[in-house]
Amino acid sequence: MFYREAGQFKTTYAADQALFPIRQDRYAMLAIVAIAFVGIPLFSSNYWLTALLIPFLVFSLASLGLNILTGYAGQLSLGTAAFMAVGAVAAYNFQLRIPGMPILLSFVLGGGTAALVGILFGLPSLRIKGFYLAVATLAAQFFIPWLVTKVGWFSNYSASGVITAQPIVIFGQALDTPREKYLLVLCIVALMALLAKNLVRSRIGRAWMAVRDMDVAAEVIGIRILRTKLIAFAVSSFYCGVAGALYAFAYLGSVEPDGFNLDLSFRILFMVIVGGVGSILGSFLGAAFITLMPILLDVLLTAGSHAFNLNLEPGVTSMMQLLVFGALIIFFLIVEPHGLARLWQITKEKLRLWPFPY
Amino acid sequence: MSFFFEVLIGGLLAGVMYSLVALGFVLIYKASGVFNFAQGAMVFFAALTFVGLQEKFGLPFWGAFVLALAAMVVLGILTERIVLRPLVNQPQITLFMATIGLAFFIEGLAQLIWGTNVRRLDLGIKDEPIPFLLERFDMALSGFDLIAAVVAGVLVTVLAVFFQVTRVGRALRAVADDHQAALAVGIPLKQIWAIVWSVAGFVALIAGLMWGARNGVQFALTFVALKALPVLIIGGFESVTGAIVGGLIIGASEKLAEIYGVPFLEWLVRMLFNISLTLGGIELWFAYVMALLFLLIRPEGLFGEKRIDRV
Amino acid sequence: MRAWKKTVIALLALAGGVAIVLPVAAQQAGTQFMGVLGYRVGPYGANGAAFFTGFLDYLALVNEREGGINGVKISWEECETEYNNAKGVECYERLKTRNETGPTAIHPMSTGITYGLIDKAPADKIPLITLGYGRTDATDGRVFPWVFPILSNYWDAATGIVKFIGDREGGGDKLKGKKIVLLYHDSAYGKEPHPVLEAEAAKLGFELKLIPVPHPGNEQQSQWLQIRQYKPDWVILWGWGVMSATALSTAQKVGFPRDKMVGNWWAGSEIDTEAAGPASEGYYAASLNLAGKDFGVVKDVEKFVYAKGKGGDPKLVGTVLWNRGLAAAMYTVEAVRTAQGKFGKKPMTGEQTRWGIENLNVDQKRLDQLGFATMVPPLKLSCLDHGGSGLVRFQKWEGGKWKPASDWMSGDKVMVRKMVEESAAKYATEKGITAGCMKG
Repeated sequence: MFYREAGQFKTTYAADQALFPIRQDRYAMLAIVAIAFVGIPLFSSNYWLTALLIPFLVFSLASLGLNILTGYAGQLSLGTAAFMAVGAVAAYNFQLRIPGMPILLSFVLGGGTAALVGILFGLPSLRIKGFYLAVATLAAQFFIPWLVTKVGWFSNYSASGVITAQPIVIFGQALDTPREKYLLVLCIVALMALLAKNLVRSRIGRAWMAVRDMDVAAEVIGIRILRTKLIAFAVSSFYCGVAGALYAFAYLGSVEPDGFNLDLSFRILFMVIVGGVGSILGSFLGAAFITLMPILLDVLLTAGSHAFNLNLEPGVTSMMQLLVFGALIIFFLIVEPHGLARLWQITKEKLRLWPFPY
Repeated sequence: MSFFFEVLIGGLLAGVMYSLVALGFVLIYKASGVFNFAQGAMVFFAALTFVGLQEKFGLPFWGAFVLALAAMVVLGILTERIVLRPLVNQPQITLFMATIGLAFFIEGLAQLIWGTNVRRLDLGIKDEPIPFLLERFDMALSGFDLIAAVVAGVLVTVLAVFFQVTRVGRALRAVADDHQAALAVGIPLKQIWAIVWSVAGFVALIAGLMWGARNGVQFALTFVALKALPVLIIGGFESVTGAIVGGLIIGASEKLAEIYGVPFLEWLVRMLFNISLTLGGIELWFAYVMALLFLLIRPEGLFGEKRIDRV
Repeated sequence: MRAWKKTVIALLALAGGVAIVLPVAAQQAGTQFMGVLGYRVGPYGANGAAFFTGFLDYLALVNEREGGINGVKISWEECETEYNNAKGVECYERLKTRNETGPTAIHPMSTGITYGLIDKAPADKIPLITLGYGRTDATDGRVFPWVFPILSNYWDAATGIVKFIGDREGGGDKLKGKKIVLLYHDSAYGKEPHPVLEAEAAKLGFELKLIPVPHPGNEQQSQWLQIRQYKPDWVILWGWGVMSATALSTAQKVGFPRDKMVGNWWAGSEIDTEAAGPASEGYYAASLNLAGKDFGVVKDVEKFVYAKGKGGDPKLVGTVLWNRGLAAAMYTVEAVRTAQGKFGKKPMTGEQTRWGIENLNVDQKRLDQLGFATMVPPLKLSCLDHGGSGLVRFQKWEGGKWKPASDWMSGDKVMVRKMVEESAAKYATEKGITAGCMKG
């Protein structure tokens, strides 16, 4: 009833090409943006901002990066966390070594460094495909944190190798409350998501999809495979690098190279798969699911054992959490192998007909 | 010179331990095209069930072994029924992700049943240098490693015979070749998958016993899967022989690199940048980088099946 | 989509809704609430389970035996961190606003999580107690007013181990020309002792070789072959998790004597030695506390807590890490008690607890009263010294038990103090902190 596109005519090419061609989508998007920028900062507690929303946004950005590489260009990577590490460490060093460096530029340069490293590790993708490539990106995953730990210069010779991120100062204004940090992260993520959305609709985005669907065929129609793949690696790593910098500066505040481990890479891959491969919206849905679900489970299990006076041992709830989380992932994959984004799409289809499905 | 051989042989034997884990991956990949990330969790589950049974019910070795094996078979059948069957025909990556979910599930389940305590597993095999070799050649080689090598050899032989001679084995190879063709000639695909997952469970139990006897049965057993990955790349995902050869190559080269490569790298850095660094621990990534180089030359692994792309 | 799937999704959505609306697990007002960042799953789950079971058992004991701290009941909530920095920060944020007084004091039980919280704790006015881990230079309370690495820090451990080795060799001067290997977990934790050991090597004239073990350390063939080739007199084991057990079994495999191996306190629990079986026989470890059940307090826990079915896993009672959890809880409770002496008998806030910790004085008389006897050393803290004793005691694994192998002893305290102050001063300049004692 409410979600009908009947009567909305597109009279120009520009209207046809709009990001959100349906009016209701536009309004919904505007509402979401308004809530994110105004509503949440006004009404959220510090716990929600620092422990849930900032990591959610940071992980959204990282899974957006991986989704560009895996979802759009079809190159499976298990090295996401390593590229995040490059971004974080590079941003830290730009900030440390160049006096008067604006922090935003440090983030961009951190992303740029990650992009260069990404290109380097993307080179083998010309010859290696599928799972073999995935395991090959593991080389990056293990090599980069090792290098950061071993070469003291990267962490400014701190005895333990842990990096303490500098405070975020923009135009002389220190952003230190959770609210300010949240807004900064939100701005960056929104901007980069918009960029990504447009990028995947552009010429290069179409080239990525052609390579993903069948690289031999893509080559035949004149797409330069190596270049296309390398650009995918570069853009993806750039996103991951910026996400890593935000992870260090806006979220945790300190970074241990071991924090960027294989587990984190898997988490981000999960976000992409559960959210929806090849979908910008899916990156956000997946990040929300994977960051919030374990916390939700934890709260539920603890509350449940209190409510029913089960008096469960703390260890048991921890184990239950792991078990249920694993089961949920399998469940979602079975219900909708194409991810939450696809589920959303189906809902929208149904909504168009509602309440008269015939 | 004897030290070099000690490193080499020690490395080869360590590689055998990697192969034991890699075998489980190969079996499942061969039959169902699934890269089963839960193999590490299965190793953990198998070993934990084994010691748990011994501890709780005081079962003798064989009793615990048979029951643990039964548990692995049940797990394999349930996995096929609940996880794989609804996901037939999905892209590989979805299946891969499902096995990661499965890994979480198994890890949680195993610890929920048996607790988090670290346990000792005693197989009655001495993990000490063989005195004869130590005195004669000044080489410290453990009897345990040699037995592990024998076990791996027997396991591979049994598997090879199973695949080549038995009816199920032939059906399995047919399934590996082409699911649809196999279905068309009347091979029960579902049964075959359940069998393969059970056999992989058996391999996991063996690997779990060997690794657990050395380091204790604890959560870290799940990490042995990481050591198996480069072995698979070098050997190829589909080849049992590849798993063994790959394991030997990785084991030996990794140890040689750590012992002889690190000083060389440190020297190189000193020459090039005039800074002295301690660079130990290259084992962490060396296997992967070597696998990467291997792949550049042979993208389908040493024994993998060559893939031809057609438009 | 089939009906059951829809049902499950609907249930999930419902559960999600409930979780958001649900009032936070009910706490009794007027209690001393303790926020516990624990971990019981994952590769270090066994270690965490032992420590936190002891910790909670002691809190339960205080409630059951004497009705709380001076009549103020203790309540608590544990949040699972999985030993993961990001999850630890989330747990901290979740627990920090609970109850009117906040989580009292936080024991992160992980060096990584400690680093993640060091900047947050002062802002939230919540003290961190890091018993035997975390930032070593936080011992200087003028720079780190909110962090308390109580008992001993890693540098105390390293010099203590060197002293112990020296004693075995017949005096510190006998170490000249000896060869010592540090086999360490290749992480922030493992790098912590390097500067002190290097300084000790220069001072005492022994040769030091650093051998890293990559995470997780379940395969150490090449490290031990290097050790075999180098033929050191002693090996110091700086391990964590599976690495320690593997080191012991691989030492046996290459024939290195275990009674020439000394671990630090995170490589010296039953978890490490039992997993390696007979390979552990004769191995030494520096310890912060003794193992065993022969202490009044352990008997009390069995009587007041376990007999009433309120305890954790009875198999853990009396193990090294369980006893350490007990001690950690005891120091926290005593700190609250100290604070109550100044601020009155009511639940203490983080700020008041901080004062209590800084002015904590648990002498031998008090330890005897509490039934700890010689399990832990006396502890007296001050603004200058947030560490306290700096003492370690060595235990030897013999016949399936940890047995004391030395008295409480300390290494080169003067050198450690000097390095702590240097390192803290460097941190203060980096962060723009003006060092000074806090009032009140």
